[in-house]
Amino acid sequence: MRKYTDQGKKDTRSGFGAGMTELGRKNPKVVSLCADLVGSLKIEQFIEENPDRFFQVGIAEANMMGIAAGLTIGGYIPFTGTFANFSTGRVYDQIRQSIAYSGKNVKICASHAGLTLGEDGATHQILEDIGLMKMLPGMTVINTCDFNQTKAATLAIADHEGPVYLRFGRPKVPNFTDPDQEFHIGKAVMLNEGKDVTIVATGHLVWEALQAAETLEQEGISAEVINIHTIKPLDENTLLASVRKTGCVVTCEEHNYLGGLGESVARTLTLHHPAPQEFVATRDTFGESGTAEQLMEKYGLDNKAIRKAVLQVLKRKA
Amino acid sequence: MASQHDLEKITTQVRRDIVRMVHKVDSGHPGGSLGCTEFFVALYFELMELHGKFSMDGIGEDLFFLSNGHISPVYYSVLARKGYFPLEELNTFRMLNSRLQGHPTTHEGLPGVRIASGSLGQGMSVAIGAALAKKLNKDKHIVYSLHGDGELQEGQNWEAIMYAGSKKVDNLIATIDRNSQQIDGNTEDVMALGDVGAKFKAFGWDVLELENGNDLQAIIKTLSEAKSRIGKGKPVCVIMHTVMGHGVDFMMHTHAWHGKAPNDEQLQRALAQNQETLGDY
Repeated sequence: MRKYTDQGKKDTRSGFGAGMTELGRKNPKVVSLCADLVGSLKIEQFIEENPDRFFQVGIAEANMMGIAAGLTIGGYIPFTGTFANFSTGRVYDQIRQSIAYSGKNVKICASHAGLTLGEDGATHQILEDIGLMKMLPGMTVINTCDFNQTKAATLAIADHEGPVYLRFGRPKVPNFTDPDQEFHIGKAVMLNEGKDVTIVATGHLVWEALQAAETLEQEGISAEVINIHTIKPLDENTLLASVRKTGCVVTCEEHNYLGGLGESVARTLTLHHPAPQEFVATRDTFGESGTAEQLMEKYGLDNKAIRKAVLQVLKRKA
Repeated sequence: MASQHDLEKITTQVRRDIVRMVHKVDSGHPGGSLGCTEFFVALYFELMELHGKFSMDGIGEDLFFLSNGHISPVYYSVLARKGYFPLEELNTFRMLNSRLQGHPTTHEGLPGVRIASGSLGQGMSVAIGAALAKKLNKDKHIVYSLHGDGELQEGQNWEAIMYAGSKKVDNLIATIDRNSQQIDGNTEDVMALGDVGAKFKAFGWDVLELENGNDLQAIIKTLSEAKSRIGKGKPVCVIMHTVMGHGVDFMMHTHAWHGKAPNDEQLQRALAQNQETLGDY
């Protein structure tokens, strides 16, 4: 199996911050908005270098979304920044009316997504945001896996015309993708070719999927691992080619199994190539306080859970 | 500059457009539309600096945002009369496959409209964003917006009002249609707004009261005064007192015609009170 090396743990939100710094230098149309979470979003450098292109809106996310929509009218590319919870559920109608239905070129950038936010607990851990955003017509939905990919995605979405939801997280996680990668929206990344099972993962679970695949290899099971960073539009061709080969799939996401990546994959398979599928995702539940690692284990989102799901789906395939 | 007589002719014709549009499809919002007709005519035919041709970015011209999108009939009539799209398109208001949706939208590409509105309380934030973009672009033109008074019950407005005052967004003139009516009755009974001007002042705005918001000359005078206060460190708010349904006697002084169309007989009465001036669409 192809080897991936952790270049040193880093948080994906810092990848966003690094991307914003670079965008600030190369694209004068990029502006940044934040709702009192500058430190959490890691955009200090962008603000220092571009004070005129930063808008501190205070703890007022609805207003932030509307201002972002208005800024596009004068030709700017606004990147909003707050936690995933306050980037989506709290402001759904503002996004729906003023951004998505109005076709505005706003980049909704959301940190602290999912359970790995940790100790703050369920009030701040959103597990429904992918579903909320992918339901909006015209919205692109991206969930990146590490620092390097988040930085690359931040740069890529500035060049994409249309609203985008970019989801990333709080904890430091292995940084294993190429620092010079090009990010192609809607194009899945084949991490490891295999023949027995397809593992499709997004966000923090991509690394866990690779760990699971290594264990499975020692057990004689050949797993194909695909990093689906873009949930909408979904790379159906890559997915279908893989499942046609392996005959079964496990989807992995730090999100509710209702409305997330898994359901998008299931819909695609149902239409084109029905096959057994297992979901590594939360089971229609809220989170709770704890460390990121404890939560991933308790809610069945770590590499052990992925291995178990693979064994289950292989039984169903047989 | 249009003459007073020309503006009055446009106003009367726009009233006819409004009642005919809502009558045809037996739906829409005539009350607030009629109450703001003078405001729209003064804004588009006297006060705003506009390019002849519509572009989404609006660079180098004044911008207008309608937040209380349900008064789309007056907006559509004035945009068509100003030449943004063919007059006969008013025939398609609220019909299938029309660009003139029940509430304004950019989705169908109607020239003159820059944001979807109608889900109340969102327009001021958008207007602020557009005003900030003008500042970044070193564009000295003004951003205007219109909001219903009942609409101020939506909390997002107060986030926006606080932002504009705190951050000195002084290229924005927000007008409040203070007709004191909303769907369930008088605003002060439904959810008292109290002294709206004092609230804006407390949030750092420059506030002007417009006592007769159905008088063209009074609107032009007050809005011109508002323009003179642009660029002085404060956003400007105009509290415009209007009569809902103005110009059609049986629709005045009541919220009954907020979202109700006239029947055939009522349409004729309304049209008789507003004789054709520029030609019906």
